[in-house]
Amino acid sequence: MLKVRLIPCLDVKDGRVVKGVNFVDLRDAGDPVEQAQIYDKAGADELCFLDITASHENRDTILDVASRTAEQCFMPLTIGGGVRTTEDIRRLLLAGADKVSINTAAVKHPDFVREAAEKFGTQCIVVAIDAKRTGTEKFEIFTHGGREPTGLDAVDWARRMAGYGAGEILLTSMDRDGTGEGFDIPLTRTIADAVSIPVIASGGVGTLDHLVEGVRDGHASAVLAASIFHFGTYSIAEAKQAMDKAGLAVRL
Amino acid sequence: MPEMNVVIIDYGSGNLRSAAKAFERAARESETGAAILVSSDPEALARADRIVLPGVGAFGDCRRGLAALDGMIAALNEQVIGRGKPFLGICVGMQLMAARGLEHGVHEGLGWIAGDVVAITPHNGLKVPHMGWNELAIDAPDHPLLRDVANGDHAYFVHSYALSAQDRAEVLAHTDYGGTFPAIVGRDNMVGTQFHPEKSQATGIRLIGNFLKWQP
Repeated sequence: MLKVRLIPCLDVKDGRVVKGVNFVDLRDAGDPVEQAQIYDKAGADELCFLDITASHENRDTILDVASRTAEQCFMPLTIGGGVRTTEDIRRLLLAGADKVSINTAAVKHPDFVREAAEKFGTQCIVVAIDAKRTGTEKFEIFTHGGREPTGLDAVDWARRMAGYGAGEILLTSMDRDGTGEGFDIPLTRTIADAVSIPVIASGGVGTLDHLVEGVRDGHASAVLAASIFHFGTYSIAEAKQAMDKAGLAVRL
Repeated sequence: MPEMNVVIIDYGSGNLRSAAKAFERAARESETGAAILVSSDPEALARADRIVLPGVGAFGDCRRGLAALDGMIAALNEQVIGRGKPFLGICVGMQLMAARGLEHGVHEGLGWIAGDVVAITPHNGLKVPHMGWNELAIDAPDHPLLRDVANGDHAYFVHSYALSAQDRAEVLAHTDYGGTFPAIVGRDNMVGTQFHPEKSQATGIRLIGNFLKWQP
């Protein structure tokens, strides 16, 4: 049986780990490669690095992080943040990433996703969707860390990206991200039920119950969290045990 | 001088750096002293003791990439079929061992393993691609590749197509995702894994180590 994936995410800036609360108040907490090794040993199912300042600063720091991680961790590694061109993707994959996540560039040039999937294979193309609630059951795509509305309906967009060859969707609720209040379950479930590709739920995890809810109620194939692992609130093992206890199929 | 040369074939399919690192780790842990070389040169296969064919993406693209290396397919047949060198195919590299791939058209495979590579159509509305950690159900527990690998051990899969095997004796392990399909195939001196051993943490490294030690 396929297991639900638990994915710790590290926000990386200048080759160092940070995590913002609603994308501000950054706190520096160490070397991403060391963190990655800890997660690897603890039984994380995949790793995710989000290069949060990629649009402004030197990209090579993340390439170095990718390559050092790939030498130590024999598990899937996704890198996102500032991925705009097929050359960006090529460099990340060559450095050691297994998948790249595309966010703003997909919104600006949807065909970029199609081109990337054709060139590198759908298996390595993750489309990151940052969505905000704009009505009772309405969700809109935002870019630039949740600052820029796009007018795009999140469900339509997710379907379109799946059709363009995205291998999976990394769905973040911008209302919940950094709050610790749990995933936006209606958002997660609506998108997960609308597409045939896997959806990773992200944004808002504060307790282990939230991870369970993302899968059980949100229908996500994988759950991503940053702060709760990163600041040692919970360990990967505790999270897996909680999910197992709730009846979810996890790799223990 | 290392005693054993392992060539990972580079035909433009994906990142082989992390695969090479995984093989280097497995070589150290299995104390086989294997030297790992990533190469697109068909002549490197003649000097190799073991051959690895990775692969990500679509069957047809991989087949074209392999065919674009002048003499590579002939060298593979000569070294693996003719000279019996141990061979490991990974993911689409495993699928290429089949007779045909039916992804975006019909494409000829190497024809080493009986069967076609077809789209997976899991029932229960399961998601495609089959992506993540799934359990191995071992059909050939005595195969040296599976030494210290147990039923239920997890491996990392990511694929939308799978081998429809014609000869059950060639299926060494399978997995279940709304229906079963081969996870490991093999015969004689060749094996192939639908999953990625280089991404499958300790189980994967163990399996690669077993391949490096294998004396078919």
